[in-house]
Amino acid sequence: MSTPSKPRVATTSLCGCFGCHMSILDIDERLFALADLVEFARSPINDYKEFDGRCAVGIIEGGCCNEENVHVLEDFRKHCNILVSMGECAINGGIPAMRNNLPLRECLEEAYLKSPGIWNPAGILPNDIEIPLLLHRVYPCHEVVKIDCFIPGCPPPADAIWDTVVALLTGKPVTLAYERLKYD
Amino acid sequence: MHQALVTVVEDICGRYGFDRTRMTDIVIAVQQRLGCVSTEAMEIIASKVNSHRVEVESVVTFYAFLSVKPRGRVIIRLCKDIVDWMKGYDEVADAMAKELGVTMGETTADGGITLTSTPCIGMSDQAPAALVNDVVVPNLTPERGRQVIRDLRRHLDPAQLITMVGDGNNAHPLVHSMVRNNIRRRGPVHFDGFESGCALERTIDQTPENVIATIRASRLRGRGGAGFATGQKWEFARNASGERRYVLCNADEGEPGTFKDRVLLTECPDQVFEGMTVAGYALGSDSGIVYLRGEYAYLRAFLENVLETRRRQGLLGKAILGKPGFDFDIRIQMGAGAYVCGEETALISSCEGLRGDPKNRPPFPAQKGYMGCPTIVNNVETFSAAARIMERGANWFAEMGSERTTGTKVLSICGDCRKPGVYEVPFGITARELLDMADADNPGAMLIGGPCRQMIGPERFGGQICYDDLATGGAILIFNRARNKLEIAEHYLDFFIEESCGHCTPCRVGLVLLKEVVHKVVSGAGEPSDLDYMRRLANVISQTSRCGLGQAAPNPVLGALQNFHTLYADMVSDRKLGLLSTFDLSKAVADAELRVGRMSQYV
Ligand SMILES: Cc1cc2nc3c(=O)[nH]c(=O)nc-3n(C[C@H](O)[C@H](O)[C@H](O)COP(=O)(O)O)c2cc1C
Ligand code: SF4
Ligand code: SF4
Ligand code: FES
Repeated sequence: MSTPSKPRVATTSLCGCFGCHMSILDIDERLFALADLVEFARSPINDYKEFDGRCAVGIIEGGCCNEENVHVLEDFRKHCNILVSMGECAINGGIPAMRNNLPLRECLEEAYLKSPGIWNPAGILPNDIEIPLLLHRVYPCHEVVKIDCFIPGCPPPADAIWDTVVALLTGKPVTLAYERLKYD
Repeated sequence: MHQALVTVVEDICGRYGFDRTRMTDIVIAVQQRLGCVSTEAMEIIASKVNSHRVEVESVVTFYAFLSVKPRGRVIIRLCKDIVDWMKGYDEVADAMAKELGVTMGETTADGGITLTSTPCIGMSDQAPAALVNDVVVPNLTPERGRQVIRDLRRHLDPAQLITMVGDGNNAHPLVHSMVRNNIRRRGPVHFDGFESGCALERTIDQTPENVIATIRASRLRGRGGAGFATGQKWEFARNASGERRYVLCNADEGEPGTFKDRVLLTECPDQVFEGMTVAGYALGSDSGIVYLRGEYAYLRAFLENVLETRRRQGLLGKAILGKPGFDFDIRIQMGAGAYVCGEETALISSCEGLRGDPKNRPPFPAQKGYMGCPTIVNNVETFSAAARIMERGANWFAEMGSERTTGTKVLSICGDCRKPGVYEVPFGITARELLDMADADNPGAMLIGGPCRQMIGPERFGGQICYDDLATGGAILIFNRARNKLEIAEHYLDFFIEESCGHCTPCRVGLVLLKEVVHKVVSGAGEPSDLDYMRRLANVISQTSRCGLGQAAPNPVLGALQNFHTLYADMVSDRKLGLLSTFDLSKAVADAELRVGRMSQYV
């Protein structure tokens, strides 16, 4: 399946809703062109869970809300030449960051102890090792690792993602037309 | 209780004719009388002067010296500007806080004493200094600081702290202050004696047009910093149409490290007021206002007395020097601790009883200023110079100075030098000569014109003080080689963030972002691209801010980037791999570890 000369692209969804990944798929028939242009490394698109070498471009959806997000993001930084924050959540924290004005304690209590319909007589907060610990607040990606490029939008339109990836892979400057950045 | 409050507040409003344009005076008076301007007091003011409570509140909450909630009966405001910091602010603050048993910003439990800090109070040559209510306490040491607290605890009377008085008029009974003038060099324009009325006598012989022509011929430029041609400004205002015209004297002197206007007001108030009166004649104005910064409230009674004497001498009031139709009088408008009010349009807002927000320009004050009428705003020193020019002539003045900047400049020199103080020098003098005069101590950098301008290094010490080279409104700060220039730049960003009026986003938000990136670099976590970002952000802020505050605020950083580039460059390194050093995973998960009861597997 792979010809080693093709640039490799990795993607991941951290604390996002997968909407941005849906938008990647929204490039429609250009998916074939994309498949010609690149090889996907670690990505939900092919479900590879680990890196097996360096990548030209890494695309991140979502910010960091827990320790595992940080770990994955760090791994992406270590393996990718260019790291891209895709979408509002990666760039600003997005909807998940609405909890940033509340202490973590209150968020946990609301979710596991106080919400209507909760039955938790022992008052236990989930502490299974499988469940990553939450950070005290949601961080945008560039506050955790160095990010080289940002694609705004919630989600960014397919065309913006396409234009950016093609420009990065062909070594051209990334310029998004005004219509691609204007949403109202 | 409420009725008593109504009576007091109503009485104060009455003193200002129930005039809402005197709101600044009204709220200052209420603060002085009652220790705060409470919501109830605002409500009463609003109803008495036909305004709204929110309008009153917008004024009260704007000024650092006013408060909605009561503070201590005595408020100690310790200057925490850069010079004080170099001269031991931390130790003094620490000693005073410990002695009081409170932390900075707090009030003692009995409501007696509040300890807080403030930007430059215009005493940088006798730092560390503090304002205790209106009383200036200069040259503090930790021991003196403790003594001040002990004394205040006993009598709660700041006036009793004055154990000796300073030189010159600081010893005048109406000033009675421990401040020292420290005039190190007397020049011919401001410190050569002045006989009240001598400039006005020459003035009233001429037509107003000729007076303006004389000022133009002297090529006097504004001494407040921007250096606009004074004669031209007067002419614009004279020719602009309006019912009345106003002469405003900018004695806000807020630029950190500047204190020369304080000395001019202490030693040559007559000359300053005479310059304003000359301007009144030239413009056809009958009304002048001196905007005196709240920090200089201790000079107020003295200045009022000088004005009163001038009225008695026929130098103010109706038919000045017997000339029919030449009416002019001056009132003093107090400020209340807002640096931005030194900006001329903000100053006008403040005089009009509004929040001290800058206004859009154009229209310029000369077209539409105070109360919508043609107005000139000039610096204290500009008026003083104008009076001397009328007395001794334009040629006499223009022969002094450098080729393109005539006359002399009064400088306030402070920082790492043995002779801080006030120097009147001819324009064209080099920075190096100033260092010698002030007996600087191993100088590594100078901030010429205060933080609004650039910091220069030794390679530019040969530059001349004038508007074409090293321009200054008066501040000269000297830093020895051991000082960290980047830390100084960061410190001034804090100052501008604090003083921004908040109207425009580039200034209000941009400066905070700039501070974040500067801090990141200074703390060693920066990357090469941060320097570029810093430069771009700084330029955006200066190009898109509405008034001079935002436009100048990035200058310390831009200057450091330009003149001390290697300092920043040495502090950044490429850290593309791994987590940013500003991100601390163990801190970020600490709370969750505590709540959930297990440790992170990633730390
Ligand atoms: C933020 C800011 C603060 C200022 N503070 C002062 C001040 O304290 N004193 C002063 O004379 N000019 C100050 N200025 C300059 C005034 O806006 C104005 O240019 C000056 O008073 C004009 O007088 P001049 O022409 O005699 O210099 C300040 C300007 C800005 C932007
Ligand atoms: S940016 Fe919008 S679409 Fe993308 S992950 Fe966040 S919420 Fe979903
Ligand atoms: S530049 Fe700053 S101080 Fe000036 S108007 Fe804008 S916010 Fe206010
Ligand atoms: S009085 Fe403290 S720096 Fe000016």
